[in-house]
Amino acid sequence: MQQAWIPLLLSLKVAGWATALNLVFGVAAGFGLSRWRSGARDVIDSLLMLPLVMPPTVLGYYLLVLLGRRGVIGAWLDRFDIQLVFTWQGAVIASTVVAFPLVLKSARAAFEAVDPQLERAARTLGVSETAVFFRVTLPLAARGILAGGLLAFARALGEFGATLMIAGNLPGRTQTLSVAVYSAVQAGDDGTANFLVLVTSVTCVAILLLAGRLVPQHTLLASR
Amino acid sequence: MPLAVDIRKTFESAERRFTLDVSFKASTQRVVLFGPSGAGKTLTLQAIAGLLRPDEGKITLNGDALFDSARGVDLRPQARRVGYLFQDYALFPHLNVRQNIGFGLQQGWLNPRARIAHPQVDYWLDALELRSVAGNHPAQLSGGQKQRVALARALVAQPRLLLLDEPFSALDSVLRQRMRRELSDLQTRLDIPMVLITHDPDDVAAFGDQVVQATDGCVRENQPFTGYVRSER
Repeated sequence: MQQAWIPLLLSLKVAGWATALNLVFGVAAGFGLSRWRSGARDVIDSLLMLPLVMPPTVLGYYLLVLLGRRGVIGAWLDRFDIQLVFTWQGAVIASTVVAFPLVLKSARAAFEAVDPQLERAARTLGVSETAVFFRVTLPLAARGILAGGLLAFARALGEFGATLMIAGNLPGRTQTLSVAVYSAVQAGDDGTANFLVLVTSVTCVAILLLAGRLVPQHTLLASR
Repeated sequence: MPLAVDIRKTFESAERRFTLDVSFKASTQRVVLFGPSGAGKTLTLQAIAGLLRPDEGKITLNGDALFDSARGVDLRPQARRVGYLFQDYALFPHLNVRQNIGFGLQQGWLNPRARIAHPQVDYWLDALELRSVAGNHPAQLSGGQKQRVALARALVAQPRLLLLDEPFSALDSVLRQRMRRELSDLQTRLDIPMVLITHDPDDVAAFGDQVVQATDGCVRENQPFTGYVRSER
């Protein structure tokens, strides 16, 4: 039973990193798409949303082709002695890619909902464009971004297909919670499976409760 | 007032084509831009503030070119030092009254602290009787208080020119008269040049030392003023 905490902690670590990365890249992409006026915008948007509809195993295969030792990026990284396949960092990348559209979509919608008049007002008050973003746009979009971040965390926590493809199933090293459940069931180890499932369920309920607490307060604040 | 505007901009969409053609020189401290909605009044203010880029022309303030298509001058709104009072006030909903007023005093990536103590902020809190609501957020303010916060926020940065977009339209008629008087007193005290846009003839009567008329995108100072006096037709 003691060993069940290892996949849980690993899953939390992987999902935490994936969420943090998405809060940077997803928010940046969401902001870019919300402000960019071009015909190519819809095409880019569709491409970036692909991870939401593609089977995770297919995504995992793409990542394997790109990041594997003979892959385009993998070969380059290999020169610096960096390997991502069969590592927890590889699992982070898999979870990040899978959860990316959730943050992107929430962030884009949140940025589009910010009243442009407020940004104009900030400009006439003399603060720089970067300051307008960090002092007006981002705080007003924070609620939507946070909601997207929590969804992404939950999605990353449950990631299975892409993670299995790129990080494998190495107990203690890359075996995340959902992969561990699968392994336990395959091995006929019902006790471990039950315990892991219970831990997963409790963790997910806790996240949802946390989300429910965080989001409405911000809703009130931003709608004022 | 040494403000001269002479600009043109064409907006084209599938449904219609709108040409903004503005040409006026302000000769007094109080100029009213008068005309029906959709005539291009707000667009004119936005062009002066640098929020809208004209196709061609020239805008000068105190002899400085804010915009000059011939010389390739187009100052960013941040560099124009022009105060702008938006029609819906555009107060920052996530900041309290103090932070809203002090917004322009602080450069950098962080907003002023909730208890920002700055002599300018304190001065305006007292001058516009906002001390009692200093810690409130905009949603908790009345219409008149919102307007005063917006005014303080614009004036704290010591602008060279104050632009007001329908400043009284969101207020009820009693409050409207009072705020008109307050703004008038404030303008006299600060001696700051201002351009006020309105479709309300009462505003013209109160602030129209010089009236500039806007009609269907054409903004001119020397057109006969027909909307208010000669309404018996």
